[in-house]
Amino acid sequence: MSEFKMPSLGADMESAVLMEWLVKEGDHVEKGQVIAEVETSKGVIEIEVFEEGIVEKILVEEETECAVGTPLAMIRSEDNIPQETVSTAPESTEESSEPKTTVEPIELEAEPAPSIQPTATEPEEAVSEERVKASPAARKKARELGIDLTELASEAGQTIQLSEVEAAATVHKTPASDGMRQAIARAMSRSNAEIPHYYLSASINMTPALEWLTALNAKRSIQERILPAALLIRAVVKALEEVPQLNGFWQEESHQVSKAINPGIAIALRKGGLITPALLNAQKMGLEGTMQALSDLITRTRSGKLRGSEMTQQTISITNLGDLGVERVYGVIYPPQVAIVGLGRITDTPWAEGDSLSVRKVMQATLAGDHRATDGRTGALFLEKLNDFLQQPEELL
Amino acid sequence: MTIEQIKHTIIEQILEVAPDIEENEIVPNENIQRSLEIDSFDFLQILTALKVQLGVEVPEADYGTVDTLEHMADYFDKRL
Repeated sequence: MSEFKMPSLGADMESAVLMEWLVKEGDHVEKGQVIAEVETSKGVIEIEVFEEGIVEKILVEEETECAVGTPLAMIRSEDNIPQETVSTAPESTEESSEPKTTVEPIELEAEPAPSIQPTATEPEEAVSEERVKASPAARKKARELGIDLTELASEAGQTIQLSEVEAAATVHKTPASDGMRQAIARAMSRSNAEIPHYYLSASINMTPALEWLTALNAKRSIQERILPAALLIRAVVKALEEVPQLNGFWQEESHQVSKAINPGIAIALRKGGLITPALLNAQKMGLEGTMQALSDLITRTRSGKLRGSEMTQQTISITNLGDLGVERVYGVIYPPQVAIVGLGRITDTPWAEGDSLSVRKVMQATLAGDHRATDGRTGALFLEKLNDFLQQPEELL
Repeated sequence: MTIEQIKHTIIEQILEVAPDIEENEIVPNENIQRSLEIDSFDFLQILTALKVQLGVEVPEADYGTVDTLEHMADYFDKRL
């Protein structure tokens, strides 16, 4: 018999509301099965059980707010099932193909990665049942300042203007977003204080990969089209298979390489904020699978339907600020991860090849690495492999 | 289908993909992706939905000609 507890789904999470049970007492549950939905500041998240058994007793009613660690249900192992210790790590990190290199991967189990995964870069707009009328400028300002438009709405009555938001800003406190902001502040301060970062950058000629992708997409229907973002993630994953040292954690003064490659993908939310959920077991997916999984992950991130494991199992981060016109991203590593890959905007750039000068689509790829875990040479090797794969995109299929 | 109906269909699909956008934020001659913070993923979702609604598929090579609501409506109008 074991207790199924409210998991921590982020450093900023102190409690969450148990919205709905997806199982009832007496039901058989499988390891990894989603058994409940909880609502957090990041939306509704599906939480999984990490052992097989029978739901003996449900301890908490729906729509109850529970602190992290609160027992939610009792799970009884079935007699014919060998008694397992309560493992909070999902199966995903435990099974995968052997990496090709000499580094000995450490089996990751029991504790999930301490969930310091951020997080919103901006305070999130409060979720309102009915969307408040506000001018786009007012909405933007309110988002920047972390002001809840619903509160202004009751005061103003009609469409909220920029001036009203600015006026409110002088008196308005944002307690709701404070917790999240403070949590991010702690995680990032810890990162900068503890992690000796090194930064590397490389210019990658993206013309071959983009031309190859265009030709591939021309043969496909619009539903099957593959975005450059999926190709880039696939290339990062392939490069990590060659240089696995960057995929893992620095914990208790030691470097742990993860077998599973679960890149945390920075996904912007239009209402403000950023979540970096994991694309679990990306090493098992081809290009097609990567696109489908990315599509699914983005859709669920934006509709607030992520799973607990996706919030806590990241082994590296990938951030792509290219859409905003940024050429180079120098990331801050999310502890306990040991690297973050930054992909910038793809721009037309003069490019010398042999004796000739031409214009090519060029992207700046950056890597921030934890110098305790790896050296610059490892990072350089990774960027070189990334470049190699993008020059031979057919290997990414 | 008139061009106004086409525009209406496009707006509906934008709001479907990005429910937090309000109709009055969609300015006919502004770049859809930049003005509404629609990324390449959402843009593809919108075009996919319009393929289903209107039966016209926009190839990647034509993305430059469907950058605003006006241009997109013209594009579909010519092909319906």
